[in-house]
Order: sequence, then C-alpha cells, then structure tokens
Amino acid sequence: MITVRCFATVREILGYAMRELPPSHEPQLASDILTVIAGERAADLPKPLLVAINCEHASLTSPVKDGDEIAFFPPVSGG
Amino acid sequence: MIIRLQTSDFDPEREAQALDVKGAGARVSFVGTVRDRAQDRRIETLEIEHYPEMTRAELTRIGSAAQTAHHLLEVLIIHRYGRLQGNERIVLVTVWSAHRAEAFAGCQAIVDALKTRAPFWKKEISPEGAVWVPGHTPQDLR
Repeated sequence: MITVRCFATVREILGYAMRELPPSHEPQLASDILTVIAGERAADLPKPLLVAINCEHASLTSPVKDGDEIAFFPPVSGG
Repeated sequence: MIIRLQTSDFDPEREAQALDVKGAGARVSFVGTVRDRAQDRRIETLEIEHYPEMTRAELTRIGSAAQTAHHLLEVLIIHRYGRLQGNERIVLVTVWSAHRAEAFAGCQAIVDALKTRAPFWKKEISPEGAVWVPGHTPQDLR
C-alpha cells in the first residue's frame, strides 16, 4: 500500500489527513497519486504544492512505489 | 545534536546551560516568538501544525549539514507546536563552536533552513478570523 498524508490547507481542502492507496502495476509518479486523491479539486490546492516521499522533500515528478509514504502540503512557515 | 518537538514552553538559558560542551568558546542562540500583530490584525492565538516524523528527520538533516559546514561542536533545536499565545516563544536554536564566527554563521544557517524546509505551518487566529501564514519553498525546489 501507499500511505498518503495531507497537511494544513491541503488537509482542509481534501477533507482528510491520511489514507491508503493500493499501488499501481504501472510505474507511478507523485503527480499520479495527486490525480487519484484530488481529482477535480486539484485546482483548489495551494501553489506551489510541496511533496515529500518517506519524510524527504521530493517533487511531483518523483517516483512512488509500494510501501512509500507520500505527503502533500503547502509551503512551510516554521520558526 | 538535540532536537525536541514539544507543546510546552522552554527556558532558553536553562536549556543551554544544561549542556556541557567541551572545547566551546562561543554559544549563539536564536529565539523566535509569536508576533502579537500581523497586517494590523491582533493575533490572539497561533496554531502550529507539523508533520512529526518528517520534522524530526528534516531538522536532523539541517543540523547535521550546519555542524559540518560551520564546525559546530553541538546543536540544540527546540520547536513548539499546538496553540500558542502572542509573544510566547516558538523556537530555540542554540549552537556551540570554538570561535564566534562559526557560531553566528551556523545558527543563522540552521534558522534560515528551518524556515524554508521544516514542515511546520502556522495559522493566525485574530478577532477577524483565521489566516494561514504564507509559507516558504525549499530553495532547491523553486
């Protein structure tokens, strides 16, 4: 399974913090996961949209495989 | 390196004094606090959300990079999350080095990286409503 986590505005827009997706038989990119989870609401998500895979910054063109945790969130504002 | 993520307040001086860093000739600390005003709105509460597993991993990467680049002897990072009030402390970054130049540069490097890479998000609650604070994107992903 692929674990998907959403934070801040992404969580508020999509309405959940975490879900699991079965992996595809085809190679998948982060953008493919986003299409599955956001659908028509993709246009409402923050821009730029940040991506992390297994707790490291990644991009929408990064590959995602079975067992990965992928997170989507807006630009960060700590400190 | 010590990294703590917590809801409770901290005493910057007590935290720094608690560490006995051999060979240190300089210690520099940065303390970030909650602004009580933003664009003429009075901030009543600041809600800080984070991605716990990644926050710890990212702060470790940031601290390790600064330790290597600036020859830091020790790094302490404490960041709070949850609900905070105006003027409360949010973050402490303290670094130790043999000489002052490395300590100043190392502390600044950690704070700058923390603000653009660590997965925290702030929501300001004021009498007019709640507003997410505009964020930053890591330099290498812009």
